[in-house]
Amino acid sequence: MEPFKNLTGLVAPLDRPNVDTDQIIPKQFLKAVVRSGLGAGLFYDWRKQPDSQFVLEQPRFRNSTILVAGANFGCGSSREHAVWALADYGFRAVVAPSFADIFRNNCLKNGLLTVILKPDEIDTIFGAIKHHDSYQLTVDLPAQTVSDEFGWKAHFEIEPFPKKCLLEGLDDIAMTLAHENEIAAYERAHPVPFTERSATDP
Amino acid sequence: MAAQTLFDKIWNSHVVSEVAGQPALLYVDLHLVHEVTSPQAFEGLLNAGRKVRCPQRTFATMDHNVPTTDRSLPITDPDSKLQIEMMRKNCADFGVGLYDLGSREQGIVHVIGPELGLSQSGMTIVCGDSHTATHGAMGALAFGIGTSEVEHVLATQCLWQAKPKSMEIRVEGELGLGVSAKDLILGIIGRITTDGGTGYVIEYRGSTFEGLSMEERMTVCNMTIEGGARAGMVAADHKTVDYLRGRRFVPTGKQFDVLAEHWLTFHSDPDARFDRNLTFNASSFAPQVTWGTNPGMVTDVKSKVPDPASFNDPTQRRAVELALDYMALRPGTSIEEIRLDRVFIGSCTNSRVSDLKAAAEVVRGRKVAPNVRALVVPGSQLVKEEAEALGLDKIFTDAGFEWRESGCSMCLGMNPDILLPGERCASTSNRNFEGRQGAGGRTHLVSPIMAAAAAVAGHFVDVRDWTK
Repeated sequence: MEPFKNLTGLVAPLDRPNVDTDQIIPKQFLKAVVRSGLGAGLFYDWRKQPDSQFVLEQPRFRNSTILVAGANFGCGSSREHAVWALADYGFRAVVAPSFADIFRNNCLKNGLLTVILKPDEIDTIFGAIKHHDSYQLTVDLPAQTVSDEFGWKAHFEIEPFPKKCLLEGLDDIAMTLAHENEIAAYERAHPVPFTERSATDP
Repeated sequence: MAAQTLFDKIWNSHVVSEVAGQPALLYVDLHLVHEVTSPQAFEGLLNAGRKVRCPQRTFATMDHNVPTTDRSLPITDPDSKLQIEMMRKNCADFGVGLYDLGSREQGIVHVIGPELGLSQSGMTIVCGDSHTATHGAMGALAFGIGTSEVEHVLATQCLWQAKPKSMEIRVEGELGLGVSAKDLILGIIGRITTDGGTGYVIEYRGSTFEGLSMEERMTVCNMTIEGGARAGMVAADHKTVDYLRGRRFVPTGKQFDVLAEHWLTFHSDPDARFDRNLTFNASSFAPQVTWGTNPGMVTDVKSKVPDPASFNDPTQRRAVELALDYMALRPGTSIEEIRLDRVFIGSCTNSRVSDLKAAAEVVRGRKVAPNVRALVVPGSQLVKEEAEALGLDKIFTDAGFEWRESGCSMCLGMNPDILLPGERCASTSNRNFEGRQGAGGRTHLVSPIMAAAAAVAGHFVDVRDWTK
């Protein structure tokens, strides 16, 4: 995974709560067998309606790299395609009052930063976007802050371990395999609980 | 030792390695795999030159993409076909057992896990699918993961996990006639809201859950994720042991007795403490119907579509407005007045034999309303076989339902079973998100008996009026 680098970018507002992963990437795109190219399916049903007023269809938000959304963003299905689609479209961070657990985990595995701010701080950002045409935010992960060029700044919490993984771009599998002795010892003490499989099916 | 919850017991017995302040490395007893969330994981293994560490703990099936019509015909959608072929190739190359399309035991991954006796009490169970919570009904810790984590489990049989908080949801008393496990869990989600469980593992406790059958417990645990919690569980008891006895992968004889004794230790100690406790009374639950675009937007069948103006919080009010606009519902409409185009009985929530039996009892001798097209999709081939042996297929087809092969089908419409834009469906599945069952489709979540009654009436009805 690529390490997360601090970023300053254009902010797109998605002011509704409970945006689910079916909405982020509809089912027809789940037939992909590779991780790439899913940006084309991002928010497909909302973007592709006739005369869509959806935020990403508005020219001023097209090159956004930071998405600001309502509470419980990413709820529903565990499809990692939602994260691949956001990243492929160009998003590097999502800012919301809260995230669904599986979605947040999936983001961390792909170097997409989830920033949790208080609801009133999110409202401040939504307000600022209305007032400034090319509103940008700067996300500083080591300092755990989000700020704008007008002097507004907010602090966010992130657990030390995911922070370290994001900053260093750690490959978890390699990290886990370093525990081979412990895993093997656990397996010796806990044999497979199933009866023998028949030779045929499966 | 301090008193432990069921969740603590399973967690503590699966920690392989732990460093203070970091997530724990947890061992995974059972990894279930399906065709949609696994191709990129196998590709990752291949690129890194890694193998599947424990093929004997890894089981695959095809469910999301599969046609539910005649299986002898070729799959027409080229993308679905490719994904299915990839699953076959990956399973063959990596030595993973596969319940393929032609298998007598193929089915929805969360139906076949318990059915084959793979999902057992005290286990850690994962799958690249959020409804993995279903297996918690066995007294297991079961949760959904993303594809990166699928790859991680394939390679290491472990996962790094920060320990979630614990929540007790206690319900006491008996559910009324016509009120099912589906109504219980929909009612709970309505009360805690769609993100009320975020960050928690839920244990369902109390006489109501003790009184449920294993399949009903699966329905409850299945929808845990719709309240935001990744895992839901019910303690193992004699019903769990009876359910597992004799199943395909469950050892027999003396070995079974030893296992059964072990399983029965998986309950919370009497004075175990939870981070949060909620208590409800079973008598407060009525048949439920969702009116909005997430499962928390739900109400009693005798109730009305809510008015956005009645919500004080502006964010919530706006969410309700958007939902009603999508659902094309006017505030104040009686739920029973909502007319339907489609009825879907199936999905990992409600496609087991007891679900189909209950629905068949409602439709027996009746006819599907002329304005409705209705579909029954058994959860697995074994469910289908058993249902047919009971003559349920005949009851459904006589009434005008279509009787299909097993799969996820119209729960998420990855196969040809989808709603057309604007169609309204009473569905026994788990998600009423916008476009979930087909772009522009409108989903109302209900229990199997409520779906069956709605199919006959052509609109929602209170099934309790029919069971008197």
